[in-house]
Amino acid sequence: MSVGTKKPHDSAQLHVTGAARYVDDIPCPGNTLHLAFGLSTEAHAEIASLDLSAVRSAPGVVAVLTAEDMPFANNASPAPEPEPVLAEGVVHYVGQPIFVVAATSHHAARKAARLANVDYKPRPAILTVEQALEANSHFEGGPVTWARGDTGAGFAQAEHIVEGSFDMGGQEHFYLEGQAALALPDDQGMVIRCSSQHPSEIQHKVADALGCAMHDVRVEMRRMGGGFGGKESQGNALAIACAVVARATGRPCKMRYDRDDDMVITGKRHDFRIKYRLGADAEGKIVAAEFTHLARCGWSPDLSLPVCDRAMLHTDSSYYLPNVKIKSHRLRTNTQSATAFRGFGGPQGMIGTEAALDHLAHVMGIDPLDLRKRNYYDPAGGQSTHYGQPVEDFILPEITERLEQSAEFAARKARVAKWNAANTTLKRGISLTPVKFGISFTLTQLNQAGALVHVYADGSIQLNHGGTEMGQGLHRKVCQVAASVFGVTDEDVRITATATDKVPNTSATAASSGADLNGMAVKAACETIKARLAAFMAESSGAAIEDVSFANGEVRAGDHALPFAKLVKLAYEARVSLSSTGFYATPKISWDRIKGQGRPFFYFAYGAAVTEVVIDTLTGENRILRTDILHDAGASLNPAIDIGQIEGGYVQGAGWLTTEELVWDDKGRLRTHAPSTYKIPACSDRPRVFNVALWDEPNREDTIYRSKAVGEPPFMLAISAFLALQDACKSCGPHWPDLQAPATPEAVLAAVHRARGDA
Amino acid sequence: MEITFLLNGETRTVAITDPTQSVLDWLRAEGLTGTKEGCNEGDCGACSVIVTDADGAKPLNACLMMMPHLHGRALRTVEGVAGPKGELHPVQQAMVDHHGSQCGFCTPGFIASMAAGHLNGRRDHDDLLAGNLCRCTGYAPIIRAAEAAQDAPVPAWMHDTLPDLADVALMADHVFLPASADALAEWYLAHPDATLIAGATDVGLWVTKQLRDLKEVAFLNNCKDLRNIEETHDRYIVGAGITLSTLRETIRDTLPSFAELLRRFASEQVRQAATIGGNIANGSPIGDSPPVLIAMGAELTLRKGDTRRTIPLESFFLDYGKQDRAPGEFVESVSFPKSVPDLACYKLSKRFDQDISAVCGALNIPREGDTIRSARIAFGGMAGIPKRATELEAALEGQPFTEEAVTAALPALEQDFMPLTDMRASDAYRMEAAKAMLIRYVRNAQGALSILEVQP
Repeated sequence: MSVGTKKPHDSAQLHVTGAARYVDDIPCPGNTLHLAFGLSTEAHAEIASLDLSAVRSAPGVVAVLTAEDMPFANNASPAPEPEPVLAEGVVHYVGQPIFVVAATSHHAARKAARLANVDYKPRPAILTVEQALEANSHFEGGPVTWARGDTGAGFAQAEHIVEGSFDMGGQEHFYLEGQAALALPDDQGMVIRCSSQHPSEIQHKVADALGCAMHDVRVEMRRMGGGFGGKESQGNALAIACAVVARATGRPCKMRYDRDDDMVITGKRHDFRIKYRLGADAEGKIVAAEFTHLARCGWSPDLSLPVCDRAMLHTDSSYYLPNVKIKSHRLRTNTQSATAFRGFGGPQGMIGTEAALDHLAHVMGIDPLDLRKRNYYDPAGGQSTHYGQPVEDFILPEITERLEQSAEFAARKARVAKWNAANTTLKRGISLTPVKFGISFTLTQLNQAGALVHVYADGSIQLNHGGTEMGQGLHRKVCQVAASVFGVTDEDVRITATATDKVPNTSATAASSGADLNGMAVKAACETIKARLAAFMAESSGAAIEDVSFANGEVRAGDHALPFAKLVKLAYEARVSLSSTGFYATPKISWDRIKGQGRPFFYFAYGAAVTEVVIDTLTGENRILRTDILHDAGASLNPAIDIGQIEGGYVQGAGWLTTEELVWDDKGRLRTHAPSTYKIPACSDRPRVFNVALWDEPNREDTIYRSKAVGEPPFMLAISAFLALQDACKSCGPHWPDLQAPATPEAVLAAVHRARGDA
Repeated sequence: MEITFLLNGETRTVAITDPTQSVLDWLRAEGLTGTKEGCNEGDCGACSVIVTDADGAKPLNACLMMMPHLHGRALRTVEGVAGPKGELHPVQQAMVDHHGSQCGFCTPGFIASMAAGHLNGRRDHDDLLAGNLCRCTGYAPIIRAAEAAQDAPVPAWMHDTLPDLADVALMADHVFLPASADALAEWYLAHPDATLIAGATDVGLWVTKQLRDLKEVAFLNNCKDLRNIEETHDRYIVGAGITLSTLRETIRDTLPSFAELLRRFASEQVRQAATIGGNIANGSPIGDSPPVLIAMGAELTLRKGDTRRTIPLESFFLDYGKQDRAPGEFVESVSFPKSVPDLACYKLSKRFDQDISAVCGALNIPREGDTIRSARIAFGGMAGIPKRATELEAALEGQPFTEEAVTAALPALEQDFMPLTDMRASDAYRMEAAKAMLIRYVRNAQGALSILEVQP
């Protein structure tokens, strides 16, 4: 059976030969227009006057559109509150599109877009969370609070209390392929080819912009050059602009952002400040916990509300918090609209708690891992999360124990202490942290998927599903599911581009749900066809239908055996339907986000990591030396792809917490808007020793072949890297180093000073 | 003007209308869309291609290469890395086998860099691939693939024979490709407002990011006499057209600390294109070679027509964006000692590889016994120009070479510099880190490890 085996990415051969096509590689008709946005240079201002004459007369320019030229909806928002594609009289951040230029070449459009003469009447800009709090600039009218138990009573009985504030930066997705879309006007409607995690939303938004029905818009998406959440909603504006200009001019339109424009225009991971207060009894059991989340959401709601919800949902991290209160401020600021990014708020909520726990361990003078283990959920069950979901599948004690052994954690901790005693300038640190991540969309309706499977008369299989391929290997996994159901090889199965006219009303490929949802939908479709084939085989061979089996490219019924392709040909001739849809809706979930109560997640995915680092106490420079990971992917659909997600997720998470620093100036201008100034991990930043193993135990819930989602959870394994840096700083002195993220050399040096007490 | 080059083994002659058109844009317009645009500024490597010239094969960023750069060279794109019958190159097969691609968008650039390294028998994969960013894999499977392929023979089709072109200059309106420094000197006198383009790793950004139209340009890469390294008994005289890559090879054993700094200078693709002359002439306060050259006592030779003058390098940098260079005058060579035993270079940046320095310190502090005899110390990133720390030098001279004495001298650095705060670092951190480099220098002399030497 193909499921469970290591197989390469479905496009691996195309990737390595340069033959894999992305949006910008699609050959375009000769009359295609190329689009570029003209961008605001002010963080918050009224547009007093807009003179576009120089733009219009620039070489190659064919059309220039402003908000007033939008024929129907001027709205790119994925949320109920609208978000204009082109600014409507007021600009809300530096980089907001004001107008769109269509020209005969990409370069002509980019050049012309810089020629506008805009007269701004500046308004006060809110750039930081402090400013936003002071101005009461909230989404949802004010903070959202969830609580369980009585934190007042909890703190009253606490033996140890720590209080602090932890800042973590945002993160640029830096998908290697920038945002891109192509609109091809059709007889009746519009065909959009785009780089998007959410083709159905593009279809919906384009239909609204063109004043037509969704059935008039066809969206096709073969692959993205990376997504990570950055292509969940941020591609809407390009597709809408292309469609509107294509309708206005009758010509195909393509838009791709230059990298600097991409970074200046689009949203990023939310930066958070988390204020915490933890109380523990004499044994180190947490008896009270209070958290205040200050999330900088930017100028429009986008996906901020569910992101901030998920941060609250993951505030327990892996620990039972009997008395807990979480207050979440979703702050509106004059910066890029923060958006989805791998983990979707989960990483922020979790690291706030993990950093606070290290602080508590420091105050209590105990080992942070001991403190963690004392507060783990009870693996026997009986406890529920702060939002009321019973924790029934808690396997972290076993994962932790096995990882401690395989990574030789105790021995290495001792070696680190010895090494630090002998070294003045350089100090090592080591940390083990767990991950528990909830799997399902918290908006319950999104937990559904569809598929369309065709078996052709020659026995070849073509399948389509609602998920999108962004590098995560979803197509290969789903292909393995189909091959396993039919008992054929992966090569017999072809997955085509995601298309809204094949599978409708799809959810974004997000929340790690791609394989869980679409794998099940594909399996359902395949099983429908398989049942028809089995019935036909039983009938023609005289065997019982239960005795028909599909394996190794053959269909067997008692003593009879036919090659799969032969049976298909006979079934076709006998007029058996060889095509089917499939559908899946996740069971067991229900969620009331206003109350913060219910079962938002079908199950949890778990993992743990040990990271060892070294810092230079003269400059704060730091390196990851070694990482050991044990991660729970259930019964893995494809161990090679899952290990790839774990390695890649960890390094991306480590980048977020170390070298990746977003810097805005006091005018709200993003100063780190290109890879020259924004530093994602490079090759040599990966851990030199990097041991990744899968926790090979089937999911206790009935998921696709008992596997578990693996897209987002490994990202948070990188919290161990950050806390290893904290540990190294701790070795420099008796005080709490209070390292803030990202741990740039400058941030590490500041923490070294705090540890020594000389800051 | 027509240029001639090899494209994936076939001779191409192309009429140049826009001399600043990037090779990347040209390739993609030709339908060779395997080569990707990721950043258009030479930092991500998605556009990497293999270029062969008289110095051999090298990976270069196609986004920063302009079409005239190709004249007389051989260009191989990802489409040309597989064999004529579609056979996968060993690095391609290894990337499939080791799951080295996920989204696949960076992969063609990785393949180009890996195939170039494979062709040259290189095994320093981390250094070779520092200029190729991948956001999906975390690099581990890519390195596994590079290691798995490193011993496979080089496929025959990878060997390019250069087009046999006469060494003649090409000239058209507003663009000149001289074949010698003499020709360049004469032309530049008559066209003093022209932009001289060597590796285009900086000038390329004027075009791709600032969208500037360059009125008159000259491409220097065919000036063979700018690509010489002469050696006297105690000095190197390095032609302005020597790439940082060639320079690194030359000084690997003689000036190891400088060579290590050059290992971290940008990326393989940029080092293979960028020249020492360009890194000096553009006057950047954060270029990495000027501080070390100043600390070694380098001298710069400038040429205008047939007139040459030689000045200490530090006097070339007058103020931010202002250099001691007359119209029509260009950097011809730089000379520096072949051995500087007390030299240490420290580059501080957010990321170790392929980053721009927040502070780059070059310290040359010879001692007599335990006493500091003299000090030449220069910093980048601390002022509007690369600059010597003369007050600190004076405070150190004659002092004992101890951590205590050096620490006592450090406040003098505040007389030398008032650094700025920007996206790379704050003013206070820059000052503290610059001072810390002096402490590191003392401790290293006593045998302390560098952070890059620590093993897991």
